[in-house]
Amino acid sequence: MIVKDMMPGFELYQPTQLDDALALLDRYGKDGWKMAGGNDSLSWFKERVKRPKAVIDISGIAALKGVRETADGVEIGALTTLTEIERNPVIRAKYRVLADAAQRVASPQIRNTGSIGGNLAQDARCWYYRYGLPCYRAGGNTCFADTPEGVNREHALFDADRCVAVSPSDTAPALVALDAKMVIKSSKGERVASAEEFFIGPKTDITRMTALKPEEILTAVRIPNSWAGARFYFEKVADRDAWDFALVNVAAAIVVNNGVVERSRIACGGVSAVPRRLTVVEEVIQGKPAEEATAKLAGQSAIRGARPLNYNQFKIPLMANLVTRAVRDAA
Amino acid sequence: MAYKLIGKDFTPHDVVAKVTGKAKYAEDFRAEGMVFCKLLSSPMPHARIRNIDAADALKTPGVLGILTADDVPQFPPPQTPILAKDEVFYVGEPILALAAEDETIAADALEKIKIDFEQLPHVLDPLDSLYPGGPNARSNGNVAAAQINLQTVKWDAGDFGDDKVLPMGKPAEQWKYGDLDAGFKAAKLIIEESFVTAGYSHHSMEPRSAMAYWQSGKCFLYGSNQSHTGAVPNIARYIGIEPKDLVFVAEYCGGGFGSKIPGYPIMAVPALMSKKLGRPVMMRITRIEEYAIGSARPTFQGYAKLGFREDGRMTAADLYIVHENGPYIGGGDFRSAGNALSFLYQPLAMRWRAIPVLTNTPPRGPQRGPGENQLVPAIEPMIDKAARELSIDRVVIRKINAPDNDGKIGSDQGPVTSAFIKEALDKGAQLFNWEEKKKLSGQRTGNKVIGIGIGQGYHNAGTNGFDGLLRITPDGKLHVHSGVGNLGTYSHSATSRVAAEFLNYGWDNVVIERGDSRLGLPWNSVQAGSLTASTQSRTNYVAALDTKQKLLEIAAQMLGGVPEDYELGEERVVLKSDPAKSITYAQAAQKAIEIAGKYSGQTVPDDINPITKDAVQIIAGTGLIGVAKDTLPRNGGVPGLTVTFAQIELDLETGKFKITDMATVADCGTVIHPRGLAHQLRGGNVMGIGLARLERHVYDPKLGLPAAALLYQAKPPSYLDVPAEISWGAVDKPDPQNPVGVKGVGEPPQGSGAAAITTAVSDALGGHLFNRTPVSTDMIVNHLAGRPQSHKPLQINSV
Repeated sequence: MIVKDMMPGFELYQPTQLDDALALLDRYGKDGWKMAGGNDSLSWFKERVKRPKAVIDISGIAALKGVRETADGVEIGALTTLTEIERNPVIRAKYRVLADAAQRVASPQIRNTGSIGGNLAQDARCWYYRYGLPCYRAGGNTCFADTPEGVNREHALFDADRCVAVSPSDTAPALVALDAKMVIKSSKGERVASAEEFFIGPKTDITRMTALKPEEILTAVRIPNSWAGARFYFEKVADRDAWDFALVNVAAAIVVNNGVVERSRIACGGVSAVPRRLTVVEEVIQGKPAEEATAKLAGQSAIRGARPLNYNQFKIPLMANLVTRAVRDAA
Repeated sequence: MAYKLIGKDFTPHDVVAKVTGKAKYAEDFRAEGMVFCKLLSSPMPHARIRNIDAADALKTPGVLGILTADDVPQFPPPQTPILAKDEVFYVGEPILALAAEDETIAADALEKIKIDFEQLPHVLDPLDSLYPGGPNARSNGNVAAAQINLQTVKWDAGDFGDDKVLPMGKPAEQWKYGDLDAGFKAAKLIIEESFVTAGYSHHSMEPRSAMAYWQSGKCFLYGSNQSHTGAVPNIARYIGIEPKDLVFVAEYCGGGFGSKIPGYPIMAVPALMSKKLGRPVMMRITRIEEYAIGSARPTFQGYAKLGFREDGRMTAADLYIVHENGPYIGGGDFRSAGNALSFLYQPLAMRWRAIPVLTNTPPRGPQRGPGENQLVPAIEPMIDKAARELSIDRVVIRKINAPDNDGKIGSDQGPVTSAFIKEALDKGAQLFNWEEKKKLSGQRTGNKVIGIGIGQGYHNAGTNGFDGLLRITPDGKLHVHSGVGNLGTYSHSATSRVAAEFLNYGWDNVVIERGDSRLGLPWNSVQAGSLTASTQSRTNYVAALDTKQKLLEIAAQMLGGVPEDYELGEERVVLKSDPAKSITYAQAAQKAIEIAGKYSGQTVPDDINPITKDAVQIIAGTGLIGVAKDTLPRNGGVPGLTVTFAQIELDLETGKFKITDMATVADCGTVIHPRGLAHQLRGGNVMGIGLARLERHVYDPKLGLPAAALLYQAKPPSYLDVPAEISWGAVDKPDPQNPVGVKGVGEPPQGSGAAAITTAVSDALGGHLFNRTPVSTDMIVNHLAGRPQSHKPLQINSV
């Protein structure tokens, strides 16, 4: 039966201390749900698809907010809003690719309430999955998007494994490009994961988009100095220029010395379940002159192995062009 | 003619309430003892309802009752029912309503209701349904519309060729004028294209929530509607009561776009639930419900063959529209598309054929420029193709074919009241700087290429025969009683100024009575079809004449002489021969109450509508009452016309384009409210941008589930998808058949705006025709990469 758009009741906790939040997550286990800005969570609740017993609203934990410079880079509290990141002078000066990515998320209202942690940990936007169908990602045993007639214009080009949903985040590829580390806490302690470890594909766990376990909270993002001041590029192509998810986005950090690409990190969103780091492209352009021909090569190498679905083959030229632009126009 | 009020900007009375949040929309109302109801909707695109088991739900504490199809008035198919009975025809179709103390209880209880469905085959594409043996959207037919009985139509397999050209089997309707064969024979150039224009949801910002209760045998209904008295008979029919027993309150409307014209079936649910429970009932409609029941623009699968002489004149036009109509009576877009083509280009001969086919998708209905606004973004790029091949300037080819005051329309080639689109093309070309801009066409800088677009829009925008009702109270105020509704265009205010103008009133002394049946609202047209400006200026004018005559007669009674000795001064009736002798309007109103009879509404003209008679009864004896039916002559359609120019900068690497300039000029007769006109032109253009590049229904063909139901999926244009500025202008030539010369224009700027975008994209890409709206990013990327499109040419409800 369709009953949608009406949030069911749940217990609401609003802890102000991280330890209290972690204790609540331990107490509720799989029945608990951590919520930050609420942009992803509330839509799940309203659709009555995800129905936790308890919601732990962590948005009041002051310790998880703000941007701090550290000895080897910058640490961003997971509850820092996207608007703050977009405007932060240190991020703008040293890690502009992240500020540019944050600025392209959704709309000003959503950026005012949405946190960096939420933007990274958000769930897939495959419309079949969000509709509440019992697909693989929802714990079922089929994929509705990858069928002979499946409507999959927004879906994956790479690494599909039963599920063809893509990473919807704009800030995720920027943080892959910046080689960021994710600080994860639970009542048992702290662990640190690289961006590539943090985002997981269906092969690793088809029901989750990140390595975060139910009892864990992403508390901070650490960006190392290693890419500070590099040449950066971020671009997002979506149908609408506000309040829309990327069809494809690209983030790049490139260090050029004497006109030659010394090293680079490049990632695309919207093409696989994780922000796809383009290691092949990085290898292809390393040591080559930073010029048009190299950029073209980068674009061509980016799409090797792409496997289009019924409606998303346009993402192949789009991704190639965006990677070309990233290498050509990074500044 | 020099006016004091008409043609001047003003601040409508209800603006302050809107910007301060004081305005009450349907879901803001509360009543003592009010409870909530929620709808249970179909999860399937097509199924038979075998059994409903609500026992567990009804046992839930806080649940008060349910309402099913058995509890509500029934209407013969293909009319849209209030609640589905026996068979559901689309995902999201309401089956029953459940009332409870609060919405949480109601929603939880709905999940306990068990419905036994027998799934039936569904269809999302009219061509699949027309194919021999193809599925029908309803078990009792696959073709229906207003004036077309529900029936089953299958074409011959031989009617279907390849998937590139529209199959054209036997139409449900057709007309023809002139010698089509001779027309094509005389043509130097023939353009022949099949096309698709996507259907999409209205998605009004305010969903169709409603609250109702009963008092003294009358039903009080607080709803969200574009129209007021024009909707009352229909809403009363849904509830099953007489119009006089409905008190309808609808002061503000958070968007309708054609989806809330004569009321709508679901409005009856809180009314009938309230009757059943004996308590006030609020029904708040959610976004996803609004998608399902909030109406949608019909999809077109079309074919056009256009013949042109060497000088660009259109000699013949052959148009076929397969109109996707949802599962019910739907819209008449297929008809107005034919009329629009015949009027905008005045082909010397034309044939129109069409068939409205039912699908298992949300019910369709009029959306801003129904039919016209799908047609022009498809046809205008073909006009450009002709211009290019015949080496004719794109403005010139439009002027060669454009109607003037002798323009003819449709099958019977009937007349129109006026048409100044040639002037609009000239004025628009000047405003946009066409001569310079056209040189930029195709110009490339790096990855960016410039495209220049031009589009025309048309809608039949005026009618007559309604009533005007005015009242001057003893405090000297003029009350303009307006039953037209408040869609949000402020045309109800702008046309109220017509009464003030002819009674020599200052605007500060005018009160507009509207939004609540208890205020005494006359029979007016629905607020739709760009009708308000034209029809309400007529009714307010005739009521002003009646009021004026009564003022003169009262002055003669009070001061002596005959009415002809007097004239209207500034809110006074003045003796012409001795201006020192006068009475104020306030005094006249007091006197009208004393004399009674026709002067204060105790007697009324015979020819006014019963609804107006009831309205006068409410206010009789409270002032001087002017009331009259609009019997002014009108010979012909009233064309509202617009022309839009656009410049885009298209990125050849991403397929994205920015609209860097946009200008729209209207032929709407006399401009009665410049700021209101500007809002309509710009708003229409913005909505046209949505039609041209973003908005569409998307369905999974196998499951029949909607992929674009939520607002972020449906993608109406955001502020970054539209130009920061849209310049505008107006021809400002009076229509000779309206007392102040005004014609409506709410709808055409969406069509002209959309066409300016599709032609600009085509121009940027060297004349490539996508023959499809919306022209989405993926289509442009595929084209630029030399890849085939992912959709089949005639595929619909797809990306």
